[in-house]
Amino acid sequence: MSGVRVLVGTRKGAFVLTSDGKRERWEISDPHFAGWEIYHLKGSPADPNRLYASQCSGWFGQIIQRSNDGGKTWETGGNAFVYDGVPGTHQWYDGTPHPWEFKRVWHLEPSLTDPDTVYAGVEDAALFRSIDGGQTWQELSGLRGHGSGASWQPGAGGLGLHTIVLDPSDPKRIFIAISAAGAFRTEDGGTTWRPINRGLKSEGIPNPTAEVGHCVHRIAMHRSRPRVLFMQKHWDVMRSDDAGESWQEVSGNLPTDFGFPIDVHAHEPDTIYVVPIKSDSEHYPPEGKLRVYRSRTGGHEWEALTKGLPQHDCYVNVLRDAMALDSLDSCGVYFGTTGGQVYASVDGGDSWAPIVRDLPPVLSVEVQTLP
Amino acid sequence: MIRVELPAHLRTLARVDREVTLDVAGEATLRAILDALEARYPMLRGTIRDHVTRERRPFLRFFACEEDFSHEPPDAPLPEAVARGVEPFLIVGAMAGG
Repeated sequence: MSGVRVLVGTRKGAFVLTSDGKRERWEISDPHFAGWEIYHLKGSPADPNRLYASQCSGWFGQIIQRSNDGGKTWETGGNAFVYDGVPGTHQWYDGTPHPWEFKRVWHLEPSLTDPDTVYAGVEDAALFRSIDGGQTWQELSGLRGHGSGASWQPGAGGLGLHTIVLDPSDPKRIFIAISAAGAFRTEDGGTTWRPINRGLKSEGIPNPTAEVGHCVHRIAMHRSRPRVLFMQKHWDVMRSDDAGESWQEVSGNLPTDFGFPIDVHAHEPDTIYVVPIKSDSEHYPPEGKLRVYRSRTGGHEWEALTKGLPQHDCYVNVLRDAMALDSLDSCGVYFGTTGGQVYASVDGGDSWAPIVRDLPPVLSVEVQTLP
Repeated sequence: MIRVELPAHLRTLARVDREVTLDVAGEATLRAILDALEARYPMLRGTIRDHVTRERRPFLRFFACEEDFSHEPPDAPLPEAVARGVEPFLIVGAMAGG
């Protein structure tokens, strides 16, 4: 019988939540890497037992962990993330030059076809790749070096490369996003890159329509339509129908268009999900009501999904990597909160229930659909 | 034989007990001890010293014989009691809490 494995990264460890295809009863693992920040963990689409995890600590720095048995046991990988050449500077918050310094891995994106190939998005923003199962890492330095790197500046959470989207139809095309530089695309497997931010408008930067400088929070794609991208920006929900060449706002009737995650239904490429957050200065849901919003029209028209979610006195946040969907026939939707809850919907968002409600603050949620 | 005490998170990472013992070739210095420690426990590389600069991570301290060696040059000799294994070399996470 099919099942799901939900991989949860938190401020104080990782948790593996498993269930059968009904998704009614869940087993919650003990904490893995207890006491460490787990920014992200994700399984290989090519081998679901191969997992990668980013483990970090202000004291001890970055660790990469790898599992070959679906998270039962782990082994440490390589943690030397060394920028190519002389790293140079990016802009600091006040616009002054600041040296590029590696801080942590925000996001790990395993290859769609090779379990030993995995990409790492790091702070300060850069993209690394390993082709030996996470033992050694090489920077794809054409991204930082394409020309605008010296002008990138950090978002409130740091200068993080947090989104890596691999095109299933073209192994040489990759989309990435950086806070607060924007979205970028390569067509040659990571050697050369260019910004893809036309149509974005951002207050708080000198030129609101600049080529770079936008605080993109997340980009999502449906496998069947790799040229259609959805974006949750710092403010604004956006859509591109031409692989990022241009973007149009699709915020429509959302109560607020600030938020972090955005994701796409497994079987309906025009059904997308966001979690509106009140503002960039008040990181919790409007009116204390935790509501996922779903559009079945690829944006513009949104409906609030509230059944089973707290509708009063709720002041949690849902971070950019903390939403994921399974691919069972009745698509499951999952998200985690900074209050330690992981909610699941087994009916595409119509109704919700907590899988677990007292974890440390949730940083990331990924789900694997198992045969 | 040099005795090294690790902080709890690094003991878990290296899968060792509180204290490890190391054979250090030559004089007992910060660099020699850390080189030997990382050679025996490769998973600790980058967790005590920066991969590139080889400098101590800022939230770690090095203590021995009730003295702070955190800011000593990496090739300065450590006390004889550390070199002979009478006293442990302590790698300590900077105090934090509320």
